Amino acid sequence: MSGQRPLDRRGFITRGLAAASATLLGGCDDLSDQPWVKRVLDSAETLTRVTQRALLSPQALAREYSEADLSKEFKANGSTDPQEPDYLAHMKNGFTDWKLAVGGLVEQPLSLSLDELRAMPSRTQITRHDCVEGWSCIGKWKGVPLAALLEKAKLKGNARYIVFYCADNLFDTGEEKDRYYESVGLVDAVHPQTILAYEMNDQTLAVAHGAPLRLRVERQLGYKMAKYVMRIEAVDEIATIRGGQGGFWEDLGYEWYAGI
Amino acid sequence: MEKREVIYRHSGAVRITHWVNALVLLFLLMSGLQIFNAHPALYLGSKSTFDDPIMAMGAVRVGDSDKGVTSILGHNFDTTGVLGLGTDADGSPDERGFPWSLTIPGHRDLSMGRRWHFFFAWLFVFNGLAYLAWSLLSGHLRRDLAPSGRDIKHIGASILEHARLKFPRGEEAKRYNVLQKLTYLIVALVLLPLMLITGLAMSPGMDAAFPLLLEILGGRQTARTIHFITASGIVVFVVVHIVMVVLSGVWNNLRSMITGRYVIEPAEES
Repeated sequence: MSGQRPLDRRGFITRGLAAASATLLGGCDDLSDQPWVKRVLDSAETLTRVTQRALLSPQALAREYSEADLSKEFKANGSTDPQEPDYLAHMKNGFTDWKLAVGGLVEQPLSLSLDELRAMPSRTQITRHDCVEGWSCIGKWKGVPLAALLEKAKLKGNARYIVFYCADNLFDTGEEKDRYYESVGLVDAVHPQTILAYEMNDQTLAVAHGAPLRLRVERQLGYKMAKYVMRIEAVDEIATIRGGQGGFWEDLGYEWYAGI
Repeated sequence: MEKREVIYRHSGAVRITHWVNALVLLFLLMSGLQIFNAHPALYLGSKSTFDDPIMAMGAVRVGDSDKGVTSILGHNFDTTGVLGLGTDADGSPDERGFPWSLTIPGHRDLSMGRRWHFFFAWLFVFNGLAYLAWSLLSGHLRRDLAPSGRDIKHIGASILEHARLKFPRGEEAKRYNVLQKLTYLIVALVLLPLMLITGLAMSPGMDAAFPLLLEILGGRQTARTIHFITASGIVVFVVVHIVMVVLSGVWNNLRSMITGRYVIEPAEES
């Protein structure tokens, strides 16, 4: 053995490690609040997005499963029971007066009832829903492809993002600006599996899962798949909308590109 | 009698990638535990069977008090204060998986945990690729890590030597012994790459790009479980590694991984 006083040295090392880890821990919390640290960490998000975009062809489909794979219990997360008066009124009359507004950078703004959406071409898919928390559920979704809606509304050339405005206010602040919203780029907007679902597991979409209409963006995480969609807007820039990060959770620090 | 001798044991590339890797793995582990704490349960297959996880941590009400319970394959263990249930900064009970003292950030913050994790995941990839490329091109892998036929025959004896905490001296100490070679190979070529592959398999984007990922790993939730188990394996390796470093001469080992120089004590006279 080369150590003559191994216990002293070990004690020294143990204390050193403890001090180092305490510094590291405290340091990381302080660092997490520093704008420049956020920027450095954010560089990884850009790298991830650019890399995945390069590896992932625009048409590549998320895996589709069979009926036998359906989750017995599909966890409903985030808002499951919106209390906004306008939403409650729609819910009370079975969404018969409800209309989806499509506007912004389009030639032909639309206002479509559920029956009109159901009359459009539809896509049915059994896919896996991956929550940012780590769990997965498999569900069957039927809805109108977003591409079909955008084609009908005739997207203008300068549109770069599609923004979804929702009815729910997760933290019940009562303020319009705190309601859920999300956005996707055009690659995901026109992807064949990107649909506005009105049916889940062969049933009319339940309130807990986003009735009357929820977005499915199958190559990204669950928080991109806005529930209770009321209005769709085509825009050229998301930085000017609300918190500027492109979505409810994004404004709270989550990545806009949720492919990982 | 042989003389005490100083050899150049670790190349600059090994030393740099070793310490970068050590730091990066520490950040990945701690931010990974933050992410795990967002849903402290593991499953097998494609989807989460919430009523039947293979492992879960949480709090349950027993009489008037809450208990932290960790269940593994249907067996429940009381882990109050350590796993499943701890206390907040203000002393109130807090249901979570691992203690916040082990996570980055040191309180519940999934979004920041993800940002730390993915940032260090990229560093891990760059550092790991640099190490592997260098190891292949320089012959480090073939010369220092690949066990020879003689090594393989010596496994039994090497295990006995380790069990008796008897470390080689003289000529024998100039090379890794067979257990070291096999362990480092398994860590560098199996466990660490498996962390990356299972991590990527949890990405819905990567799953769409490479559907084979999930076929090989048996579904996204299995991949997540393998990610957790492999990380645990790496923690075990690091603990044993540090113990061996301490037992076989902490300053000599540390110096060799910092400056490259390693002292060979003369072999005992027979």
